[in-house]
Amino acid sequence: MTESEVAGARERHEELDKGALLDAYRTMRTIRDFEERLHTEFATGEIPGFVHLYAGEEAIAAGFMAHLDGDDYVASTHRGHGHSIAKGCDVKGMMFEIYGKDAGICRGKGGSMHIADLDKGMLGANGIVGGGPPLVCGVGLSAKVRGTDQVAVSFTGDGGANQGTVFESMNLASAWDLPVIFVIENNGYAEATAQAFSSKGIDIAKRADGFSMPGVVVDGHDFFAVHEAAGEAIRRARQGGGPSLIECKVNRYYGHFEGDAQTYRGENEVENVRKEKDCLMLFRQRVTSAGLLDEAELDKIDEEVKNLIDEAVREAKEAPEPSPENLTTDVYVSY
Amino acid sequence: MSRKSYMQAINEALAQEMERDPTVVVFGEDNVGGTGSPGEIDAWGGVMGVTKGLYGKFPNQILDTPISESAFIGAAAGAACSGLRPVAELMFVDFMGVCFDQIFNQAAKFRYMFGGKARTPMVIRTMYGAGIRAASQHSQALYPIFTHIPGLKVVIPSNPYDAKGLLIASIRDDDPVIFFENKVLYAIEGEVPDEPYTIPLGEAEIVREGEDVTIVAIGRMVSMAEQAAASLADDGIEVEIVDPRTLSPLDEDTIYESVENTGRLVVVDEAYPRCSMASDISALVAQNCFEHLKAAPKMVTAPHTPPPFSGSLEDLYVPDPEKVANAVRETVGQGVAS
Ligand SMILES: Cc1ncc(C[n+]2csc(CCOP(=O)(O)OP(=O)(O)O)c2C)c(N)n1
Ligand SMILES: [Mg+2]
Repeated sequence: MTESEVAGARERHEELDKGALLDAYRTMRTIRDFEERLHTEFATGEIPGFVHLYAGEEAIAAGFMAHLDGDDYVASTHRGHGHSIAKGCDVKGMMFEIYGKDAGICRGKGGSMHIADLDKGMLGANGIVGGGPPLVCGVGLSAKVRGTDQVAVSFTGDGGANQGTVFESMNLASAWDLPVIFVIENNGYAEATAQAFSSKGIDIAKRADGFSMPGVVVDGHDFFAVHEAAGEAIRRARQGGGPSLIECKVNRYYGHFEGDAQTYRGENEVENVRKEKDCLMLFRQRVTSAGLLDEAELDKIDEEVKNLIDEAVREAKEAPEPSPENLTTDVYVSY
Repeated sequence: MSRKSYMQAINEALAQEMERDPTVVVFGEDNVGGTGSPGEIDAWGGVMGVTKGLYGKFPNQILDTPISESAFIGAAAGAACSGLRPVAELMFVDFMGVCFDQIFNQAAKFRYMFGGKARTPMVIRTMYGAGIRAASQHSQALYPIFTHIPGLKVVIPSNPYDAKGLLIASIRDDDPVIFFENKVLYAIEGEVPDEPYTIPLGEAEIVREGEDVTIVAIGRMVSMAEQAAASLADDGIEVEIVDPRTLSPLDEDTIYESVENTGRLVVVDEAYPRCSMASDISALVAQNCFEHLKAAPKMVTAPHTPPPFSGSLEDLYVPDPEKVANAVRETVGQGVAS
């Protein structure tokens, strides 16, 4: 098995056959292990900069990306590792990047907040909240003008949903009938500030109506629910039916970034979600009880993913730093 | 007098001004830091903890905002025109891109466009600078862009004492002020009086006296210049360090007087080199002190390159004492012998 096969879903899976289910599980497990391992490694002080973990939200990335081809695009956020893995970015390259190494997916110049791989349709994690939605409008326009059936998906948080660029992009996509999907990952907080305050706790999906596009709320812990809602919106977009807004209600398992003491959170908030709604747990229960997959198949993926992440971390730690000349290269295409 | 960090000095300035004047209101993302959440409401006090504790003392004068910079920075301008003295926080200066219009075309222009009829006493506090591996969108030193705009004042303290005095002066000032805090300096300690005091905007400080070369250093670069000065003194080169403290208005006279004495200029600026404070001050000195100059002005800046993520590259990116000392040595070796 090659590295990229281990990493996650590569093929479009509109129907959830056995291969699709295995891919989805592998994607979610890879994201989870990647993030939990970063959580531990960050605590040792070896990982530089800001690291925002996606653990708890894996079903969203896996559910959407299952419907995307390699030439469809996604724009992500500061919490971008999950989207990157699910869109097919090289897992080791990502780990090298987070350690700031020359072999990183962005040559050590971007780090956790800027993981990108345009060849994989990954337009980048983003350090600017609300930076992504305008970009996917551009991709949608590009697909329309060139006459392809590509689609573009932007991911934005509940906090980011209040950024002017997001409103403007929804309106533009609607006016231009663009093949674009706006996904809001509502995990209840923007840093420490609750969505209950910042947008009065409304269903953000309701805003779709103001832009004349369909808007739905789904449970972001439930891969199957996300997969279904995503499929409908993406199919519509491919067929020229215009943009959609999908709000996924979800929880983040760790702090806003690593090092966040999280005293703003409720008592046992995360523990309860982990026990009752964990996306990997729900997925496993559902596929095994329905007889679609057996425990051994899933355990095997767990084992393979664990080895991949171990290897990625070990190699990343030993990998060489970027050389000093790289400081001033790639500022322009010409140098 | 007691020892306080740069961060505590800023917090104290805010607290004392909120206490003195109930029209001083503070807002920004997570400035309270937990509004609406089930746990601690003032959990954060800003992303770095600068406004921590203010909510407990002034619950009616500090607010969290949604992530809507155009709206709340514009709201600061509107509030300033209608009876408040807002201190808005725009976390990282890189995010200013989202709300430039409200700053450049609204707040900065009111006074002039309205024929002198408006006052806009607002402060935008913002963090700048490289050094924490935060990469290209969280590490820039964008103060030259604001210095370029007529109608804005630009303040950049290099130490805890100045941070408190300049912030209080900025809050009491009747024009819009962009107040630049260096994130690496937050933990630096110094002597800071307990009582409120102001440092006038537009007055530079001579941080170190010397006869051979003038270094003008901006913000965190003052400490790089000081370290360079100590090693240069061992070689018998005495530098004079000027800390402008305010970039707009700029205390040109103090810079010119120093250069008239030394005849040599090195400007140390963490910003990109083009259209920077370094190029601006070099040009001003070339135009106004030409007959006193013994060598061409020199600039020590970041390269014309976005800030990189990897620590091994970022450490090369920011001007350091060695680069400053080298520039000083080069200028001493150049031109007319002193
Ligand atoms: C324009 C801009 N404003 C503010 C920030 C600082 N910031 C980074 S992440 C974040 C919270 C984002 O919350 P949300 O959109 O809900 O995403 P989550 O972190 O919950 O995934 C903030 C305020 C930023 N990076 N860019
Ligand atoms: Mg959120």
